This record gives sequence, structure tokens and C-alpha cells, in this order.
Amino acid sequence: MITIIDYGMGNLRSVQKALETLGAEVNISSKKEDLKNADKLILPGVGAFPDAMNNLRERGLFDVIREEVIDNKKIILGICLGVQLLAEKGYELKECEGLGLIPGEVIKFDVEKYKLKIPHVGWNNLINIKKDCPLFKNFEENELSFYFVHSYHFKTRLEEHIAAECNYGINFTAVVHKDNVYGTQFHPEKSQRAGLKLLENFINI
Amino acid sequence: MLKKRLIPLILVKSGRCVKGKNFSTFRDTGFPITVARIYDSQGADELIILNIDPSSKEKFLEEIQEVADQCFMPLTIGGGIQNINDVKILMKKGADKVSINTYAVKTPSLITEIAKSFGAQAVVVSIDVKKKEDGKYEVYTQNATNPTGLEVVEWAKKVEQLGAGEILLTSIDKEGLMEGYDLELLKIVSDAVTLPVIAAGGAGKMDDFVNALNVGHASAVSAGSLLNFTDQSVIKIRKFMKEAGVNIRDRT
Repeated sequence: MITIIDYGMGNLRSVQKALETLGAEVNISSKKEDLKNADKLILPGVGAFPDAMNNLRERGLFDVIREEVIDNKKIILGICLGVQLLAEKGYELKECEGLGLIPGEVIKFDVEKYKLKIPHVGWNNLINIKKDCPLFKNFEENELSFYFVHSYHFKTRLEEHIAAECNYGINFTAVVHKDNVYGTQFHPEKSQRAGLKLLENFINI
Repeated sequence: MLKKRLIPLILVKSGRCVKGKNFSTFRDTGFPITVARIYDSQGADELIILNIDPSSKEKFLEEIQEVADQCFMPLTIGGGIQNINDVKILMKKGADKVSINTYAVKTPSLITEIAKSFGAQAVVVSIDVKKKEDGKYEVYTQNATNPTGLEVVEWAKKVEQLGAGEILLTSIDKEGLMEGYDLELLKIVSDAVTLPVIAAGGAGKMDDFVNALNVGHASAVSAGSLLNFTDQSVIKIRKFMKEAGVNIRDRT
């Protein structure tokens, strides 16, 4: 059973439908027992970092997620805002503590320096891909194009936690991986066949 | 690098897909869910689905839910959106972006309101345009029946200021004829704003797509008649564009 964590933010249904299409057993929940019983967790997200962290704490999910992922080594995938929440800190709107599951912080694209329009929205391809990351199993390099919509990105403290990057002005982290913790800045559930293939790889970890 | 996009356009009337010429004489082209699934399987980058008959709203919403549940790519939904509540309903049904046209002109503050609630990237302002005798382009609303007196570049700049994320630019004169986009129109608007402009209205052959991007400076291309009434497909178009050197996603 894959449990999609419901903390009031995120396109839960799209993620659920994508996983169900791939034949996975999925539920959406904010209950501690469901998270504990799940084989894998997905943390989706659309919106702002501080609101998300607030919602997680209010629902008592902050501790549950950390416990399941750190102590019980449960496999988790963060998507979009969800991958950002895995960080130690975010700076969207104000400085805010994240789940602290992967060292690093979430910062804004330097719009001035690189003359960028934000959000970074559209299809973009991954670069500097760590081929042994389970999410990329059976992928040809030219298949790794995904749909992004974000203004902030995850600057990991350690290079070893970056599984793939993407270029928008700078090379930013597109996929993170640390032991049982995974995350994608893009929306696999909006990335057509490539996205479904990546989700299938996640299901099979 | 951010890719150029290929976006099929689906028009829906009374629950069925339709396609016409210059916004009239519509022909039936199938069921929304079937059509959407075909485009999905052919690897479209996104889909735009517009309800041109808002009296069949309930049916349309059901169909949108079906599409969202089965097609895993960005969906832009529009047609008859009047206020933020209409937008909230569509977002719940699975829209990623909404397209507004008549009410963008009627109540421009709606653009800002939607951008504030859902983010600028969720707001596509659809602009339908006719060329006047003096060579200038006038914006029309209400399914190309109502001339607004607005000049297209002036309106496009206003739309950008108000916080829109994208512009869907359609030439009413060229729409449905498959004789090519209005490249001059595309160029003057794309060059005037920093927003992505989606080219619509007139695609008839493969070169048209490349021209819309290279000459018209559009960020994305859409097609309706070409995909419904010829043997060209999303697959063929993507292949052609790739071979022409366009920075577009590979087919997966």
C-alpha cells in the first residue's frame, strides 16, 4: 500500500490516479495509523513552504513522517513542494524549518542575475543524471524530460544527495536521493509517459 | 533548456468535440475522453480543452474529470469562466490552468484574482483577434462575435501587467482554414510581452509549426483542424519539428 499524505495541499487525486493506472494499491490519508501501515509514502505539494509545514504540524504529521522515515526506514517520495519540505530549511516568504530528511535548504531562483521568468514552468530535461538511482531504471537519457512548475529549488548540502539536475539559469537540483528518501522537483503525475515510468520505478523499489 | 510545446486544442459543444472554420460551421469530431486519450497516447505536451457552449456546463465538468483522471499531463480548461468560483470548480475537477477570454476583458481584475489564488502560471488569457482594414488587429470576445475596440498589443501588455501566466493567441481570420498561422500577429504580440504566447488558428502543414516558433516567436503551438481533418498527428508533427532543429521534447 502506498499512502499519499494528505495535509490539505497538493493535487492528491492526480497522483492517486497515476499510481492506480500503474496498478498500485493507493490510499490518501492524514491518519497516523495509515502512514504507519503503508509500505511507501508520497508527499505531494502545491503552494507555499510555510503553509505546508504549518499544515503538517497541525495534523500531527511532522513527527509521524520523521519517525517512519528515520526510525522505520520507510521509503518516501516528495513531489514538487513535497521535495522541498524534505529539506532542513526553506526561505519562501520567511525562514521556516522543514522536515530535515535531507540536508540542505530551499532558495529562490536568482531572477535578477539570470534574467529569469518565474515560476520555472514547462517541460525541461534532466542533466548530470546518476544512472544508478532506482528512479531512472530503464530510462534512455533523452526520455528524461519532465514538467516543472516552481519558483524555489532545493540546494542540497551534499553533492551525493543530488540524483539529477536541470538547467534554468543555473543547474539546480531536480531529483534528490538519500537512502530511503527520494524527491522530484517536477510533477511525474503530469509528465506523461516519462512521469508514469518514473512512478513505476518508485513503486518497484 | 525549457522546451517549446505542442498542444492539441479540443473544443467541446454540448458534450461532444467539435471543430469549425472562423469560429462557425462546426463539425462533430468525437467524445472528449476518447480524443484526449488519443492525444495523450501520441505524446502531446499539454491539452487545451475549451467549452464553447457554457449551457452544457455540468456535462463538461464530468468530462473534464474523466480526462484529468486518465491523461497525465498539464490540462488547460476554459470556456465561459466568469469568476473565481468557476475557476475553483475547474481546479477541483483536475485543471492545472484555466483559460479566460470574455471575462478577462469584462472584469480584468479577475486575471489578478486567479493569479493570486492559484499562481500566475494557472492563468491563460485567450485572445481572439480579427485583422481590420487598416491592418491593425482588434480583440473580439464572446466566441468572436463581439468587437471590443481593443488593439491586440495594447491588450496583451495589459494582460501581462495584470498577472497572467500565458497568452493563447488565435487569429479568427485564419482559424480552421489550414492555410497557416498569422505570423505577423504572432510576432507583434510575442515580441511585446515576456509571457509565453501559444500560437493558435490556421496550422495547415508542418512548416507552419516551425514558422510560428522561429518567425512568430511563439513559445508553443496548438492545432485543431489539422489534427482532426488530416492525417497529420502529434507524432508526425513532433518528428518534423525535431528534425527542423526545434528544441522540443523527444517522443517517449
